[in-house]
Amino acid sequence: MTAPKLAQRTYYGKALAQLGRDNPQVVVLDADLAGSTKTISFKKVAPERFIECGIAEADMIGIAAGLAASGKIPFASTFGVFASGRCWEQIRMAVAYANLNVKVVATHCGLSVGPDGATHQALEDVALMRELPNMTVIVPADAYEAFQATLAIADYIGPVYMRMGRSEFPVCTPEEKPFEIGKATVMLKGTDVSLIGCGQMVQACLEAADLLEKEGISAEVINMATIKPLDLDAVYDTAAKTGAVVTAEEHSVIGGLGSAVAEFLSEVRPTPLARVGTYDTFGESGSADELMKKYGLTAADIVREAHNVIEMRDEKS
Amino acid sequence: MSEPPGIEELQNIANKMRLDVIEMTTAAGSGHPGGSLSAADLMAVLYFRVLHHAPDQPEMPDRDRFVLSKGHTAPVLYAALAESGYFPKEELLTLRKLGSRLQGHPARGHLPGIEVSTGSLGQGLSMACGIALAGKMDSKDYYTYCLLGDGELQEGQNWEAAMFAHHRGLNHLIAFVDRNRLQISGNTEEVMSMDPLPEKWHAFGWNVIIIDGHNIRQILEACAKAKESRKNPTVIIMNTVKGKGVSFMENNPDFHGRACNPDEYQAAVAELKAVIR
Repeated sequence: MTAPKLAQRTYYGKALAQLGRDNPQVVVLDADLAGSTKTISFKKVAPERFIECGIAEADMIGIAAGLAASGKIPFASTFGVFASGRCWEQIRMAVAYANLNVKVVATHCGLSVGPDGATHQALEDVALMRELPNMTVIVPADAYEAFQATLAIADYIGPVYMRMGRSEFPVCTPEEKPFEIGKATVMLKGTDVSLIGCGQMVQACLEAADLLEKEGISAEVINMATIKPLDLDAVYDTAAKTGAVVTAEEHSVIGGLGSAVAEFLSEVRPTPLARVGTYDTFGESGSADELMKKYGLTAADIVREAHNVIEMRDEKS
Repeated sequence: MSEPPGIEELQNIANKMRLDVIEMTTAAGSGHPGGSLSAADLMAVLYFRVLHHAPDQPEMPDRDRFVLSKGHTAPVLYAALAESGYFPKEELLTLRKLGSRLQGHPARGHLPGIEVSTGSLGQGLSMACGIALAGKMDSKDYYTYCLLGDGELQEGQNWEAAMFAHHRGLNHLIAFVDRNRLQISGNTEEVMSMDPLPEKWHAFGWNVIIIDGHNIRQILEACAKAKESRKNPTVIIMNTVKGKGVSFMENNPDFHGRACNPDEYQAAVAELKAVIR
């Protein structure tokens, strides 16, 4: 049975609609992109709590901070480039420093945005948000997890950045499983190499594990949906078990999941490690599939790096 | 309940706050006295007459809210909070010191009475819009007051917020512009001209009231008039003198961002004590 291909933002919209019905404190802000971010689904059920800010993202973050300071639970959405970059300093002072209960939820992150090109492909957003004190950073693996994570962050008190893609891709998590912030999920148990992914790359890790299995290599696949706070136990345990780690993210290797895992492991348990992600580059126009291939974000790339880290480990021993 | 302070008493409180500002910034050895002094009269009027607030219940749900968008003038806000009883006055002298609740710029969560964090210019009006909108959504009667610097209006986000406030009909939002015409590099009109300032606000759909920001009666009347608005937000442009109340600090951009040296401190204290009852 093949998994359905679903867009995360569609399920973000569904979750917001549910919150619109269930939680009167939730308000949703958008900056003229409600049709794309799918916050429009919330507007349909709770129009009086939907706040159109116009094309003014910096203002949107300030308004969200003010709403949170008044007891609301604001979700502020736009594309990842704008959500993390255009208003980074607004998020820093008005949200993170003030430790206000604002959820910045970005869609259209990563190369899979496709033809819009580099201006609209956020490859730096996780790094930008991870850096901020008080900030929780979540990258759900698929549409189902995006739905569950949306409900979870509404219940959590504190600033959150959540990142989603634009395109439809196969789901790999259970539809009904409640999301636990800060908790990694072992998707597949293995003993020879650890594949730690987030977002759409979790699916690529699972495909890579299939390919590796055919070669007789047992890969453990971990969905690291919370980048911050990182599930240190999960990283430690899998690294201790396999001694060889590959991270995979649709993001720059500078500052994202790969950095977080490398920083932790190099301090507490130095482990052969390779990072699959973009390497200090902008994206470009093209189809999502073409771009993922060109920039090295496929299952085949993960398999190659798995071989490399296994070789590094075995040379050491 | 004691009688609310009259005009003379408010003027006296404003001057006490000015003295607090000089004491605090001198003890700190740094800070922004100039813009604190220009806003002292407004702050006295707000905290002792206009704001519906309870210093012993800083989280009172129906309180009026105040946002200091020009966060570098935190000393005058701290003075107003201390003078009105949010925390002991002695604590003012910890300003900017390690471990103090009185951070260099107002920090939410550190000190009672601070609604949001400010200091990076241009953001307070957006936050005030959010607070005012929350009140409107919940059919609350509270007012949200926001104090802006004039140089600060060079930040574009203010005008995004101005559009939003008008678009949403935030009539319970009242902004003040401390129009002292000086910013760190000199005259605002030379650095980046703000004039015609009232016309800018008019164009964004706001009610505009222009007053002498050192005239207590005019501040009181302007606040009362602003509260009559049933549709639009109101901006009160206060023509002020940076450094007001200390002769050698008046209209001197040097005191935008530095404290008095010991001689200046003595002179400033003497001038202020001479007018405080």
